[in-house]
Amino acid sequence: MKKFLAQAYIYLLLVLLYAPLVFIAVFSFTESRVLGNWTGFSTKLYANLFTGDMQGSSSLISAVENTLLIALIAAAFSTLLGTVAAVGIHNLSARKKQAVTFLNNIPMINPDIITGVSLFLLFVFLHISQGYATVVLAHITFCTPYVVLSVLPKLRQMNPNIYEAAVDLGATPGQAMRKVLIPQLRPGMVSGFILAFTMSLDDFAVTFFTRGTIGLDTLSTYIYTDARKGGLTPELRPLMTLIFLIILVLLVVINVRQAKMKKTV
Amino acid sequence: MKRSHWSIPYVVFLTIFVVLPLVLVLVYAFQDGSGHFTFANITKFFTDSDALSTFAVSIEVAIENTLICILLGYPAAWILANKDLNRSAVTIILFIMPMWINALMRTLATAELFNMLGITLGKGTLLFGMVYDYLPFMIYPIYNVLNKMDKSYSEAAQDLGAKPWEVFWKVTVPLSMPGVSSGILMVFMPTVSTFAISEFLTNNKIKLFGTIIQENINSSMWNYGAALALIMLVIIGISTLFTDERKEVEGGLI
Repeated sequence: MKKFLAQAYIYLLLVLLYAPLVFIAVFSFTESRVLGNWTGFSTKLYANLFTGDMQGSSSLISAVENTLLIALIAAAFSTLLGTVAAVGIHNLSARKKQAVTFLNNIPMINPDIITGVSLFLLFVFLHISQGYATVVLAHITFCTPYVVLSVLPKLRQMNPNIYEAAVDLGATPGQAMRKVLIPQLRPGMVSGFILAFTMSLDDFAVTFFTRGTIGLDTLSTYIYTDARKGGLTPELRPLMTLIFLIILVLLVVINVRQAKMKKTV
Repeated sequence: MKRSHWSIPYVVFLTIFVVLPLVLVLVYAFQDGSGHFTFANITKFFTDSDALSTFAVSIEVAIENTLICILLGYPAAWILANKDLNRSAVTIILFIMPMWINALMRTLATAELFNMLGITLGKGTLLFGMVYDYLPFMIYPIYNVLNKMDKSYSEAAQDLGAKPWEVFWKVTVPLSMPGVSSGILMVFMPTVSTFAISEFLTNNKIKLFGTIIQENINSSMWNYGAALALIMLVIIGISTLFTDERKEVEGGLI
């Protein structure tokens, strides 16, 4: 009985959480321009999305491209910067470590709007014209702390003697890093990269304040403008559905892999 | 080169892109349009009844949202972490997944669903949508703490004669407080500061604090916008004092 109630509660919450997503997914299979108006099964919206045959298609597709490209660049830079930083922080004295960790926490605690507004003021102050580069820089700013926090635990788990042993056995510092340090940090770097990538994909507020006036759109800002104009581009429905599916598959794959890794260790 | 020097590039980066921008918020907040020092932006907020009522509404909505998320999320996290009640990893993934989907998309989907069901957008839909958006952020940290909790504490309590509800209230709940406080941190502040979400969910009928910051910045009222951002920063400072549990994030979110 207790189990039944517990399960019922969990499934009720899941139904509530997923109702809007399922609703969007269902109506991605009909042609109607107005959401909630079923005009028969059709995959036309999906076809439109892939052939680019729709109103304002170029802007939606370029928004998707911008989103992915910005996320990729920001995640790559953050992973590099964050990993190097984590190695440095790990070797700092306790007091300095505390200070840098405090700084590192600020972008994570700050709400997006504060990060966005403060960076906006920075670029205004430095007379940097805002566009692609400022958006990427802003994304690196709020992504890197997550990489640092993903890599640090791996450094703590690592046996420092292994690196020393490699050097003693004649490895150059470069070799020791490539063959000893990086393989040990890799799981942390990978999860840091994935975190950074999804953080960047999700972002709206920071992009909104740092994109300037050159008409640069990511998916979030595109949706925002589109929704404010009233009338949502129907092709967003299949696009959202596909994104939900990709994320679900990714999460399942990652978790299954992690569970397997735990078993083998 | 010493290994600790590897932190230097990042410290420089943080100084330019985190510290300096926050200092600039402070500087702009205390300047007028021509760069002279003034308190006018701050006093403007405290004498502007519209801004003050927006502020009050934001705090109210944020508190209500946080409370509802705890009430709904705690039992869910508890059930998910309880091996006897839930053995499926997929249910946990399903609860976490919304965190990875663009909040704007999910909010828009909710607003559209309300529209189709003929529900008028307003305070009720705003709260529902907020809970819908932030519930996973409450469930996840609590689940994490409960899941890692040493079961021998509650077993010990049981052995010493505590009734199941006593074990729950006197052992499980106090030990899970770090999860609850990081959940509060992940729900409360974002709710106060959001702007797009409240605009979608109420059709612009209810403004939250984030919206007035955005409006001022976008209409080039940088100084007043910075002053409002500064006020929000002060609130963040205060709320982190109450919930000083940042370590929870460290395990990574995946």
